[in-house]
Amino acid sequence: MAQETQDRVSKKFLYVNRKAPYGTIYALESLEVVLIGAAFEQDVSLAFVDDGVYQLTKGQDTKGLEMKNFSPTFRALEDYDVTKLYVEAEALQARGLTEADLVVPVEVVSAQRMAEIMDGQDVILSF
Amino acid sequence: MKFSILVNEGPYTHEAADTAYQFIKAALAKGHEIYRVFFYHDGVNNGTRLTVPPQDDRNIVKRWSDLAAQHKLDLVVCIAAAQRRGLMDAAEAKRNGKDADNIAPGFRISGLGQLIEAGIQADRLVVFGG
Repeated sequence: MAQETQDRVSKKFLYVNRKAPYGTIYALESLEVVLIGAAFEQDVSLAFVDDGVYQLTKGQDTKGLEMKNFSPTFRALEDYDVTKLYVEAEALQARGLTEADLVVPVEVVSAQRMAEIMDGQDVILSF
Repeated sequence: MKFSILVNEGPYTHEAADTAYQFIKAALAKGHEIYRVFFYHDGVNNGTRLTVPPQDDRNIVKRWSDLAAQHKLDLVVCIAAAQRRGLMDAAEAKRNGKDADNIAPGFRISGLGQLIEAGIQADRLVVFGG
């Protein structure tokens, strides 16, 4: 799967986001890896499953939590050439959400398709 | 095979640090190479030399330091995650105006780029915890 062109190796990186945005720091620190990793010009995709789909929901208001609302950062990912965002359909449905509730355009895929996407990666970082 | 390891949880609270350690020991015993061990999230707390576990328990931090010395392992603590959680080497303590440092022998502090590079260079990147 890894493509080697001259001395540069390009691998398929998938970041799997499984947790809600503010209950723990995993979501925020995952996004920090994505932003740093973008400089390495690898083939990057993001997956959102389980409570991870809440990271992308519109209308997040964190004032009362005294935490930074980092959901606008997902809209900036395009500037980093990170454009492949996969969201598990079953996870959305189980939480009463639809694609219209999300802050960025995504590809909604079945759990089975998500498994195939994972199978096609070189490096999977799960947070 | 060439492995890179990501440790996402702190010592004692979560078994991930133990499992990662046992995995690395077993991999080395089988003749595999460990390209790098990267510590992220609360995993950075594996690198504080100020832990004092009970004498009848395993000493997780010392175990890492000893393994690193024995096998020349590259143990890297994420700088951003470390700063949030109060883990410093002498240079970072000075730069941030802090009066102490606490990094354990065998660990070094560096950026997230080291994690990405570890993923690129290794045949497999194995994630523990999170």
